[in-house]
Amino acid sequence: MTWVPSTAAERDAMLSVIGAKTIDDLFASVPASLRAKSWALPAGISEMAVRARLEKWAARNAGGVTSFLGGGAYDHFIPAAVDALTSRSEFYTAYTPYQPECSQGTLQSIYEYQSAICRLTGLDYANASLYDGGTAVFEATTMAVRLTRRNRVVCHGSLNPVYRAMLETHIANLDLELEDGESPEGAACVIVQNPGFRGDVEDFTALAERCHEEGALLVMSFYPISLGILKSPGEMGVDIAVAEGQCLGVPLNFGGPWLGVMATRKEHVRKMPGRIAAATEDAQGRRGFVLTLQAREQHIRREKAMSNICSNEALCALRALVYLTLLGKEGLREVARHCHSKAEYLKKRLSFAQILNDGPTFNEFAVRLPRNAEEVAAELITRGFLAGLPLASLGAGEPNDLLIAVTERRTREELDAFAHALEEVCS
Amino acid sequence: MFPKEMKYTKDHEWVREDDGVYTVGITSFAAEQLGDVTYVELPEIGAEVEQGDSAAAVESVKAASDVYAPVGGRVCETNHELEAAPELVNQDPYEQGWFFKLEGVSPAQLKSLLDADAYEKYVGEQAH
Amino acid sequence: MQLSYEKSVPGRRAIVLDPLDVPEAALPAALCRKEAAALPELGELDVVRHFTRLSKLNFGIDSHFYPLGSCTMKYNPKLAEAVAALAGFAHLHPHLSTSPAFWAHCQGAFELLYETEQWLAEIAGMKEVTLQPIAGAHGELTGTLLMAAYHRDRGSKKDTILIPDSAHGTNPASAAIAGFKVIEIPSHEDGTLRLDSVKAAMSDTVAGIMMTCPNTHGLFEPAVAEIADLMHAHDALVYYDGANLNAIMGIARPGDLGFDVMHYNLHKTFATPHGMGGPGSGPVGVGERLAPYLPGPRVVKGGDGYELRAPEKSIGRVAAFFGNFMMALRAYAYMCHLGKEGLRQASENAVLNANYIFARLKHAYEPAFDLPFMHECVFTAAPQAKKGVRALDIAKALLDRGFHAPTVYFPLTVKESLMIEPTETESRETLDEFCDAMLDIAEAVDSDPESLHEAPKTTPVGRLDEVRAARQLNCAC
Repeated sequence: MTWVPSTAAERDAMLSVIGAKTIDDLFASVPASLRAKSWALPAGISEMAVRARLEKWAARNAGGVTSFLGGGAYDHFIPAAVDALTSRSEFYTAYTPYQPECSQGTLQSIYEYQSAICRLTGLDYANASLYDGGTAVFEATTMAVRLTRRNRVVCHGSLNPVYRAMLETHIANLDLELEDGESPEGAACVIVQNPGFRGDVEDFTALAERCHEEGALLVMSFYPISLGILKSPGEMGVDIAVAEGQCLGVPLNFGGPWLGVMATRKEHVRKMPGRIAAATEDAQGRRGFVLTLQAREQHIRREKAMSNICSNEALCALRALVYLTLLGKEGLREVARHCHSKAEYLKKRLSFAQILNDGPTFNEFAVRLPRNAEEVAAELITRGFLAGLPLASLGAGEPNDLLIAVTERRTREELDAFAHALEEVCS
Repeated sequence: MFPKEMKYTKDHEWVREDDGVYTVGITSFAAEQLGDVTYVELPEIGAEVEQGDSAAAVESVKAASDVYAPVGGRVCETNHELEAAPELVNQDPYEQGWFFKLEGVSPAQLKSLLDADAYEKYVGEQAH
Repeated sequence: MQLSYEKSVPGRRAIVLDPLDVPEAALPAALCRKEAAALPELGELDVVRHFTRLSKLNFGIDSHFYPLGSCTMKYNPKLAEAVAALAGFAHLHPHLSTSPAFWAHCQGAFELLYETEQWLAEIAGMKEVTLQPIAGAHGELTGTLLMAAYHRDRGSKKDTILIPDSAHGTNPASAAIAGFKVIEIPSHEDGTLRLDSVKAAMSDTVAGIMMTCPNTHGLFEPAVAEIADLMHAHDALVYYDGANLNAIMGIARPGDLGFDVMHYNLHKTFATPHGMGGPGSGPVGVGERLAPYLPGPRVVKGGDGYELRAPEKSIGRVAAFFGNFMMALRAYAYMCHLGKEGLRQASENAVLNANYIFARLKHAYEPAFDLPFMHECVFTAAPQAKKGVRALDIAKALLDRGFHAPTVYFPLTVKESLMIEPTETESRETLDEFCDAMLDIAEAVDSDPESLHEAPKTTPVGRLDEVRAARQLNCAC
């Protein structure tokens, strides 16, 4: 099995041009003592057989279930045109646009993506994307440390505990102190999330002001769909906004690839990590786009770079752009409105459980059930429902606490059926 | 080729003393090596820098470089013109393209620097 | 081409939801944005045409030969795209892994992760592999964090990493982001790393070295085993940058060469698409020394199927879940199809193709080194530059001749460098057409240099003013 086109005769002809007798002659620089000690791999199998095996494995995963599972990744509807356009091989088989003249499709789409993120967040500059929402929190943290030259980092209780754990791992060998709370005194930044991990929607404007009085930055992890209606990070005075962009037309993908979103204010752009596209002109005055501010990046700055990042999730950013372009100004508001209204409807149907959020929520909320949430979730999955995230499994709640998410995909019938099934299982 | 009234470093900074105030910039050789300068990052007024500390940074499209303090002292003025017009570093590196000024400098530190002839010789060696 | 925002027509819609089937709820005004985000307002065909036309402004592997050195731009099999579209994987929620209550419902995904790790471990001679790192540079960061955890655990204060001057920029950047100091080791003039140069920088503060093998000059490192021994004698670790693994599959394995930790680039060696610059995937493999520190949780075989467990001294999570899972899925399909013979054959033909190009071009372009090249060959355009034609001009002239440019100006150790990596999936005709174009350009250096300075002329735009871009910084509209 192979994707090598050359025939044996062609290989021989090429070897004679090279002046070698056998292919092995080409590996003469690898001494015998350093040759592979083992190569115990299975023999190749046909395309048909590979597909059959993977179809079998795919069928062993939860399929066809009605999902109320969120916790940072959401089951939003993806219009057909998103897949159709982003599966064009002119996009997915291209490389990083280092030769701008033959990469204008990529570069213009990055510029349009950056524009969409700026318009969404109310901030001045966005990069071409980072790996995912969790690593974006880490990148925002080191960016705040560079900008303030301080080494204390404060994590607000609203932050996704998975992001907090990732941050801890990434900074383990750096001279940084990580603490919980919201006091900006002497800190490089306070990191908040809106809506919070347990669904609470807050206005962080006052905290942004306090941060600025103390010379600290406010970093916010946001939920892009919620910005169809919620106050934007820019309106609250946030300095660096980051997000998991999966909700914007990227499938759940069992955790990746997803999309790290980052935007910031004008005065901080030089310290922002990641690629950035900019508009310019050629000698004839035609508009074109290039990667810019590359002198901040690893291939030029090496150990002094703003970040080690060398890629962006360009294809996922393109998915997000196509999604936002299809939805448009009114469509995004509509999706957000539906998510919120349906979640509120479900909340009211769960009178047998205790809603744990004191204030408003967007499309996700926490409930305390009369029974252990993991047991409930295990039973409901056999009835066709992904009930939500048992919070104790992440150390983010009591054993009976469940985090429930509702997207625009859920119909009133599904909401009624789920409320009914949940009540049955709990009683 | 290089102005005589200045002292130079092997990192291609120049420094000039006027009434106890020391003005710092980068040499025409450094500016040429960088190409068109697109951005200059300046130190904060009042910052204390020691000789050899990274005090500023300069970027072009394809390169970025730290600017080291040729002598230690306190930053008393920075060239804000460069924020809007970084091209001054290329056009006029010794006058309008200066970076920052230092005070409280110990003049003895100048002794470790190169004079114009020595710097020219050094640059000549670098080119080979 | 116009921007989507410039085509926007107030009130136009593409995607419309069904009417809301529950009562409309509202949030307090103080929590809401003042105005809707000004996204474009377009019809669906407007959007489809916009992005279809944008796509046509790109070179991709499916349409063009892409001989970018160090990037391994091989064919991205359609099989991999087909299996990545399977709903049982693509729409699987990763929090199914968070609670054991759900594990019975993601066993297929766990098996895929487990099996992919086994394949990668055997290919490189590593003990264990984690798929969490999201990209090659993220793998480097994970690897250097593992090195830090190892030394911290032993109470040692080693804080410096040695890196050859020929290394990718990500190596020193990753080491620095992980909190290490970096010492750059000069390459010998023959393009390899000498044991003496490493010895000269060796001390008790050295935590390890990061090497690429074959290195970015396309050369196998003859002293690799001795350098590993030197490191181990000082309780320092040896990191393998897997960027060039495509040269040696089935020939040599990093684990056998003495490497303790490495990253793989699934988007290079294992043919997952580059996607215009991502998503990639940078799994990390480790030997005995570092296995206890791997990121968690990890998929293990339990009594009732696959389950998750964290290694005893785990550094924690570097990704929210299992990294770029769908890239692992594509790579698995690639490896399964090729199998043991096919993977070895891939490396053999990658080296054959690079040497064929080298043989055809070595009289027209000056080789950067005299040692035999492996999967890529590096030339210097310094002689052409003396005549006024730089590597950049050659790159742009290739675009006009229908080829993507090789990597230029990297490695930094070679003046006016042209780094050509054809990969194994290109046919002899394509290599010949490319070589003919390169020879044509070499002639034009003498006969018509002006035409090279003006290139490219056939692309949608000519050379763009990057200085203006950086000074004006118009990055959004």
